[in-house]
Amino acid sequence: MTSTEPHHATILEPLDVQRVREDFPALHQQVNGHPLVYLDNAATAQKPRAVLDALQHYYENDNANVHRGVHMLSQRATDAYEAAREAVRAFLNVESEKEIVFVRGATEGINLVAQSFGRAFLRAGDEIVISHMEHHSNIVPWQLLCEAIGAKLRVIPINDRGELVLDDFDALLNERTRFVSILHTSNALGTVNPVEDIVRRVRAHNPEIRVLIDGCQAVQHTSVDVRALDCDFFVFSGHKLFGPTGIGVLYGRRELLEAMPPYQGGGDMIDRVSFDGSTWADLPNKFEAGTPHIAGAIGLGAAIDYVRALGIERIEARERELLAHGTAALESIPGLRLIGTAAHKTGVLSFIVDGIHPHDIGTLLDMRGIAVRVGHHCAQPVMQHFGVPATVRASLAFTNTSEELDRLAEGIRKAISMFQ
Amino acid sequence: MTETIQQAQENIVAEFAEFTDWEDRYARIIALGKKHPGIAEEFQTETFRVKGCQSTVHLHPKFENGIVYYEAGSDAMIVQGLIALLLRVYSGRTPEEIIRTPPDFIHQLGLTENLTMGRQNGLRAMVEQIKLYAVAFHAMGQSNQTN
Ligand SMILES: Cc1ncc(COP(=O)(O)O)c(C=O)c1O
Repeated sequence: MTSTEPHHATILEPLDVQRVREDFPALHQQVNGHPLVYLDNAATAQKPRAVLDALQHYYENDNANVHRGVHMLSQRATDAYEAAREAVRAFLNVESEKEIVFVRGATEGINLVAQSFGRAFLRAGDEIVISHMEHHSNIVPWQLLCEAIGAKLRVIPINDRGELVLDDFDALLNERTRFVSILHTSNALGTVNPVEDIVRRVRAHNPEIRVLIDGCQAVQHTSVDVRALDCDFFVFSGHKLFGPTGIGVLYGRRELLEAMPPYQGGGDMIDRVSFDGSTWADLPNKFEAGTPHIAGAIGLGAAIDYVRALGIERIEARERELLAHGTAALESIPGLRLIGTAAHKTGVLSFIVDGIHPHDIGTLLDMRGIAVRVGHHCAQPVMQHFGVPATVRASLAFTNTSEELDRLAEGIRKAISMFQ
Repeated sequence: MTETIQQAQENIVAEFAEFTDWEDRYARIIALGKKHPGIAEEFQTETFRVKGCQSTVHLHPKFENGIVYYEAGSDAMIVQGLIALLLRVYSGRTPEEIIRTPPDFIHQLGLTENLTMGRQNGLRAMVEQIKLYAVAFHAMGQSNQTN
């Protein structure tokens, strides 16, 4: 996988991690008498000072409702909010900021597409393709839609390394297939899926099939060019990209968003309202009913600026080293089994230890100040595939250090010894 | 019954007071968990699952001659160890004793707040469930019914 990486990633000056860590106030604390080792980045990332400052600045100076006022503060708030939309547009490299809808998070983005696009354009008997490694938020909205309209869900299987099995993908697509919704990178396994290839194969089969990519675990680790990816919809959550919670992004191809009915009704999304009927505002406001999470969007814009200033290629190079270091450290522990050993993966070390419940490992690691996630990671079908109720998951960010991963390995060894 | 409900709590606190660091305390909890017989398979059903625990916990009550006997188990060993402690205090008591006794001793064991607040390991949910059964049996009065 290294041979196919772009060269400029390796010749860039590496990140100065100690300096970068200074940007994250929450990382500098003691937990149970130990310096915090934060390895739950896939659940939510810590926030750099730049994001916290942007929130503070907005509330202290510009706080007003957007799109509604002639007064100065409302204009400043609107400008800042729309500048954040432009930052997202550039970050994803899509054509128009009208294709960027601010939502609560990836979950709302997927529900919006399932309910608005799905109910308007899918029919009984139509088929929706997802994969066995989806987060519940890319399963349940489609199940709800299927129940409501009588569509059918088809599932791409995974192998024992936690990779999609695409051998029979072309056979899975048929004349009833209308939609494909796949995650870019798995939160439970770390697998990076060949999404460009998947989109190409779907297009070759039938250009009318719509494709959504869940980029929740991708945008913080690798550069994503949505235009090159050529998908129809793309979602991610701001809080996993070092931004605030409660803000996320839905990209939708313009002609699709224009054809779709509104998802929610309210203020800001209308052109004209009367009791004979209402007409909808232009994109993207049609999908942003009510007062949006203005501060959240501004914070997300600041997070994107922060990440771009560091350089996503440098982040990627750094995390590749960390993952290799962490993988080697964990693999040397007797009785530990990594869950998810895809050839192409990023950011996630999911594992179980023979004879010890993941919950116990997580509890004992917490005693050493090490924060990991324990559970099914909202991906129960993945757990079922591997025949485990749960895993321990250490998930990385560029702020982590090799020493922290050594502390993780040491913590696991000590936990194991307490059970002997 | 060798210990009263009061003595059980005092003895547990005294036993834990001997440990000087957290590793010994947790090792003790793990050892208790390993020794704990758990819960019969027939009770490992949805009906007896304690909701609000991240690990799987089952709790089954039996009411005999005015005394409540609990059986409980978890797939996580630290949780199972905490269950062993809870049952040493609450099982084999009258409903009145159970209702009257808050789980204060748990906070005196030198475990972390994270563990003893029990949001994620379900300790709190377990105690609530233990008490709910006791309240129900109390309402049933002195009738020698078994569940
Ligand atoms: C792959 C993936 N998709 C979707 C989501 C849902 O994100 P949110 O809860 O922020 O809406 C997550 C979050 O864990 C995720 O990892």
